[in-house]
Amino acid sequence: MSGPSTYEPKYAAAKWMDQRLPIIRMGADFMTFPSPRNLNYWYTFGGILALCLVVQIISGVILAMHYVADVDKAFASVQRIRRDVPFGWLLQSMHAVGASMFFLAVYMHMFRGLYYGSYKAPREVIWILGCAIYLVMMATAFLGYTLPWGQMSFWGATVITGFFSAVPIVGESLQQWLLGGYAVDNATLQRFFALHYLLPFVIAALVGLHVWALHHVGQNNPIGISEKTKEDTLAFHPFYTVKDAFAIAVFLVIFAIFLFYLPDALGHADNYIEADAMKTPPHIVPEWYFLPFYAILRAVPDKLAGILLMIGAIAVLFVLPWLDTHKVRSMRFRPVARWFFLIFIVMCFILGWCGAGTPDNVAIKLGSKMVDGVKVDSGITFYRLSQISTIYYFAYFLIILPVLGLIEKPIKRPDSITKAVLGDGKRGAALAPAE
Amino acid sequence: MSESSTMPADTDVEDSSKRDFIFLATGATAAAGVAAVGWPLVAQMGKAADTLAAGSIEIDLTKIAQGQQLKMLWRGKPVFVRHRTAAEIEKAAAADPADLKDPQTDEERLTPDTSGNLRPEFLVMVGVCTHFGCVPVGEAGEFDGWYCPCHASHYDTSGRIRKGPAPKNMAIPPYSFVTDSVIKVG
Ligand code: HEM
Ligand code: FES
Repeated sequence: MSGPSTYEPKYAAAKWMDQRLPIIRMGADFMTFPSPRNLNYWYTFGGILALCLVVQIISGVILAMHYVADVDKAFASVQRIRRDVPFGWLLQSMHAVGASMFFLAVYMHMFRGLYYGSYKAPREVIWILGCAIYLVMMATAFLGYTLPWGQMSFWGATVITGFFSAVPIVGESLQQWLLGGYAVDNATLQRFFALHYLLPFVIAALVGLHVWALHHVGQNNPIGISEKTKEDTLAFHPFYTVKDAFAIAVFLVIFAIFLFYLPDALGHADNYIEADAMKTPPHIVPEWYFLPFYAILRAVPDKLAGILLMIGAIAVLFVLPWLDTHKVRSMRFRPVARWFFLIFIVMCFILGWCGAGTPDNVAIKLGSKMVDGVKVDSGITFYRLSQISTIYYFAYFLIILPVLGLIEKPIKRPDSITKAVLGDGKRGAALAPAE
Repeated sequence: MSESSTMPADTDVEDSSKRDFIFLATGATAAAGVAAVGWPLVAQMGKAADTLAAGSIEIDLTKIAQGQQLKMLWRGKPVFVRHRTAAEIEKAAAADPADLKDPQTDEERLTPDTSGNLRPEFLVMVGVCTHFGCVPVGEAGEFDGWYCPCHASHYDTSGRIRKGPAPKNMAIPPYSFVTDSVIKVG
């Protein structure tokens, strides 16, 4: 927790500065920030995310120097970046693959928070700011995906802006106001580019607030028990700077594998065809990180209901701190909730799988039947499966967690972080594993 | 503030009406200012004059053989002109509007030509799925009309929604017959 500052300026110049703008003090306090001594690798994703944001901003600003936001030139300008601009192939892939890595990290970071109860008091505001960051990230990624002006760009933009046409009465005017025309066109591309450039800086500001709130209340930890004594903490530097650096190195290796060997693995081949307003690709899918929400959208056969469910799936995250009322933060000590959490993760993956599938196709084959003299598979379709997992998704937040909050008996918890790490031994005894 | 305020003595006599005036005048100006600046910020996002002026297109119907469909771009969206076969017209007319999600007869979806007759062989509509705006594929789907590949909406031979998530029939653009064989859309 943020105690009084311990920074002492050593040099006259530093002292002079400290009296005028205590910026060195701010940095020093950041580095000495007392963190729980039992943080595991799940806690390195915050630092990884900060790096991801920097990577996107730097590569993005460079791409903007070569990109042309005009329907007749956009597609070609991106191909030019990949082929003709020195190292353009690297920077373009870095930005595209980087977006996927960013989402990979944010999902890990969020699942971490869900498991260790990081959204509970006093960290509700950290959590809500995190949800806001996630929302703006999704908007940024969607806008960015439109820019290369391929078939998926165009039709993705058409479908997503079509969501607004579901608003009763004013829907169509609202959609055309957003597009700046009757359909996705040049006006749309230009404003999407302007906003895609802007939003990452909004994210940066929100991250500032997120980390500020974090430093105000202190970090949670894998056992969810608050820090009680100085013994329970370690200085951020060097203990966690080194741990974070190691995690970042591993993360960058994975990033590099995609970047150099599989730059298109996470994309879609149809985006190498220039946008054509006359022809929709036979199978429209969003980027992988939106697939679960896409499955929720398609889980009901009604346009407005589908959209409301999809919005609800994100809205429910914002109010989670008030849905899960259980006093124990970490699910390590919640023998029932942890199983429901595990199923929740599985359901999220199933939703992703359904989002990628064609609704009427059979997902889980249970047998076969004859239709018009042809033998076809029968079983659970992607459509049914997405309904089942959508129900679980909402039930987890709206029924399971609130009910468990009232009835679940936690198992015995250690007295303190230090006890959990060292057992009952004295300080200085051999470090026991944190489990 | 305590008695030993450092304020000059003459301000102790407070003319509250003067403050009220300043408060209200500033507030009113601010509100008008926000509205005056806010509205242009909102309105600039809408359709620009040149977009609104994007004209109309003329289509020569004689170029479309029976069983064929012409696709033309109008206001950034495809317009379908389908020269329907007798079987398709029959199917479209046979559907009972009461069974439909967006009840409409086939005739209601046609526009009379210069001599006031309906021409059921030509179906003119905006080829945009009313779900989220994909372009449906012709001669496909369970009703042999159009099928939208995006989220599986099935339209019949009159372009009416029959199955799937789309809420409405495909739209009929404003159009008129210039001569008996040429239409003007827009
Ligand atoms: C650009 C995106 C984000 C960045 C750069 C970021 C950064 C950070 C950093 C540096 C930390 C401290 C280190 C750590 O605990 O890992 C942190 C903590 C936290 N973040 Fe984020 N974050 C982002 C997005 C999110 C999102 C989307 C959520 C959830 C919806 C979230 C929820 C939290 C919570 C609850 C904590 C407190 C963790 C704890 O102490 O247990 N963050 N974040
Ligand atoms: S856009 Fe046609 S079914 Fe969704």
